[in-house]
Amino acid sequence: MNKFQAFMGWLDHRLPVTVTFEKHMSKYYAPKNFNFWYFFGVFSMLMLANQILTGVWLTMSYTPSAEAAFASVEYIMRDVELGWLIRYMHSTGASFFFLVVYMHMFRGLMYGSYQKPRELIWIFGMFIYLMLMAEAFMGYVLPWGQMSYWGAQVIISLFGAIPVIGGDLVQWIRGDFLISGITLNRFFALHVIALPLVIVALVVLHILALHEVGSNNPDGVDIKKYKDEEGRPLDGVPFHPYYTVHDMVGIVVFLFVFSFVLFFMPEGGGYFLEKPNFEEANGLKTPEHIAPVWYFGAFYTILRAWTIDLPFLSSQLGGVILMGAAIAILFVLPWLDRSPVRSWRYKGWISRINLVVFALFFILLTWLGTQPASGLYQILGQVGTVIYFAWFITLPFISAKEATKPVPERV
Amino acid sequence: MSNDGVNHGRRRFLIATTSVGGGIGAVGVAVPFVKSWNPSEKAKAAGAPAKADISKIEPGAMIVVEWRGKPVYVVRRTDETVSLLEGLAESLKDPANEDKGQQPAYADNVQRSRKSEIAVIEGVCTHLGCAPKFFPEVKAQPFDEEWKGGFFCPCHGSRFDLAGRVFKGSPAAKNLAVPPHSYLDENTLIIGVDEENS
Amino acid sequence: MKQLIAILFAVMPAFAFAAGGSNIPLDDMKVDLEDKASLQRGAQLFTNYCMGCHSTKFARYNRVARDLGIPEDLMMENLVFAETKIGNLMEIAMRPEDSKKWFGATPPDLTLVARVRGADWVYTYLRSFYEDPSRPYGVNNTVFKDVGMPHVLEGLQGRQVKGVAPVVVGFDPLTGQEITEEKDGQLYLAEEGKLSAKEFDVAVADLTNFLVYMGEPIALERRSIGFWVLLFLAIFFIPVYYLNREYWRDIH
Repeated sequence: MNKFQAFMGWLDHRLPVTVTFEKHMSKYYAPKNFNFWYFFGVFSMLMLANQILTGVWLTMSYTPSAEAAFASVEYIMRDVELGWLIRYMHSTGASFFFLVVYMHMFRGLMYGSYQKPRELIWIFGMFIYLMLMAEAFMGYVLPWGQMSYWGAQVIISLFGAIPVIGGDLVQWIRGDFLISGITLNRFFALHVIALPLVIVALVVLHILALHEVGSNNPDGVDIKKYKDEEGRPLDGVPFHPYYTVHDMVGIVVFLFVFSFVLFFMPEGGGYFLEKPNFEEANGLKTPEHIAPVWYFGAFYTILRAWTIDLPFLSSQLGGVILMGAAIAILFVLPWLDRSPVRSWRYKGWISRINLVVFALFFILLTWLGTQPASGLYQILGQVGTVIYFAWFITLPFISAKEATKPVPERV
Repeated sequence: MSNDGVNHGRRRFLIATTSVGGGIGAVGVAVPFVKSWNPSEKAKAAGAPAKADISKIEPGAMIVVEWRGKPVYVVRRTDETVSLLEGLAESLKDPANEDKGQQPAYADNVQRSRKSEIAVIEGVCTHLGCAPKFFPEVKAQPFDEEWKGGFFCPCHGSRFDLAGRVFKGSPAAKNLAVPPHSYLDENTLIIGVDEENS
Repeated sequence: MKQLIAILFAVMPAFAFAAGGSNIPLDDMKVDLEDKASLQRGAQLFTNYCMGCHSTKFARYNRVARDLGIPEDLMMENLVFAETKIGNLMEIAMRPEDSKKWFGATPPDLTLVARVRGADWVYTYLRSFYEDPSRPYGVNNTVFKDVGMPHVLEGLQGRQVKGVAPVVVGFDPLTGQEITEEKDGQLYLAEEGKLSAKEFDVAVADLTNFLVYMGEPIALERRSIGFWVLLFLAIFFIPVYYLNREYWRDIH
């Protein structure tokens, strides 16, 4: 026995290192037919690691006070050696995090990854998405630019629409009579440590839940049905080394795209770093056009879609409820899809068209969120809202009734 | 999965190449994180050389110039006190500047300075960092009957002569540090720059 | 099908006509951060004409000197008018309370103005002042209505007026000559300044160029590092790709 083996023996006796590595990597059998869409989970983990590492480093030079925050960001950009690079990694990383998370979720929709027995993985994922949105919202306030301030103003005031407690709730969130350095400081604490801890915990649960039942695949076929004499799935391969080297290829390509944006267009055409945010927050000067960052676009459009004032339901409250419903309905998706078949490859043509239309409209809704809600844009936003909800609402009926194609037994 | 027919040579080569490339990439990514810890432009600006006009300092008097957060004592020593420095050797721990780290090369002499009459000394006691007090007069002191002028640290009683050299019996082990310095002209001292390294 | 959707996601930045402001036509200005001479002229214009009221308090003198290739002593002599050190931030003495009283609004810090407004906006704005007796300082601006800023560059540009003037609307196909029409709301020079119209345009371009530099001094270096990063990744892709193929031979 060599020194390394002896050391591992000592370690394994005290901590389940080898057992864990085998369970989750070298003896975790993943379907051998993963395609392009299966990269986005590991890309999400990469972006999480990126945000945490760059985030910690930014915290070393950032000052979370209303008086000094904006200047401290410029300090990082100019006076800290290579600080600009760390800042751009963080801002580009935030947008790319959402890009990959949306692709990752879409994969789930296409291949029915949320269906039994993976409902819990989907629910953990939805909680991660929710926490991620809160994390990103608070992070955007920290540079204390015009968009930071006024975006916070608009979103926090939404809570004021809640009847009876609304006004007090808004003041409690702000910690002050207006958005101020007090609000900034508490958002800083939540953004830097509280939410990251929650997100990491949820990601661990998400992956544990996944490994408990095994990964889905583009055909929606259960690879555990057919095993060899030693109990290994015939259509599976050990995650390590096969998917570790496979993911490396994806990661290099991903980093190429990421680096291109970071080094050559870090502002992302005005979507990743918004122009008004290069101006220091001014509570007395409202920007021409307040919009949340692009990744919130769809829900912002849905929020603004409800314009009718009813006796017990102001349009503001109606919009808030609609927006909340749009997010909440995602949680129950596993129970809305009653198809006997997982992957859209074997569903009928109506389901497939519906999913494409849903995706295209989600993109449209996202873009509309960055535009003023008037004229044609407002109408499109309302149409998009209807289509968004329609997809979920019609799903139980269509999925139960639709004729499906025969699903192969093997991959 | 089959294990025969595996080209181990090619596999090893590719693993090696990928590992090397990955290692280079990892080092590359580490660079900004490590470098960002270097003193920022703000620190460098605050730590920039400090100028002082020495023309107004009376003989026997001292001014204090702040440099890099430290007090630097600039003393115009009298001829008398300068001449007394040689004779103190017996009472000092390091009269001949054997510890080369405490002063630049041009201050490696009895007066520990470029100009024999101007002392430029960091007012940071080499024991635990207090600011030693200035006792310029050549007269008996409670802490030393044979006092020939110098500095006395109130925290733990370390004593230094007017060249910043530490006396035996002091808790401090090293002479007071002499910062890099030079003269722009007769009247202007600049602390933090010596021509050798500017 | 899925590839199509993936491509759509990739093409999303093309929708990047990000939340823009009002629709005032802006003149094109070609930014050239490698033209150090232009940046130096811009720096000189800025410190002489703008820094009385506008700070660039996030930038430091020594960085500007280094990036523009100006020796520190020349920088201190010619471009620094305050009692300050070369390593300090480019702040100004005028207090915000005073300037708000005098101009109606505190002249904003300009370090990041080019990132907020864009080069074309700054370039057009500085050339669009015109006489307007109804305003406190006697001037208005077609790009920034009722701006509180006086026409600081009037000495260089001359006196500009808004009124009826000929505008080129086409070319005579036979003679090649310009066809003009009298249109209202045009800006034209009523009195010449120290610089000709062309010279003034160049001066304002230099000043705008300098402000673009000030907005993000690291821009040039960022792109050159980016080139090497992309090159490394492109090369690193090769062994990674073949390593993956090597292992997956086992499976197929």
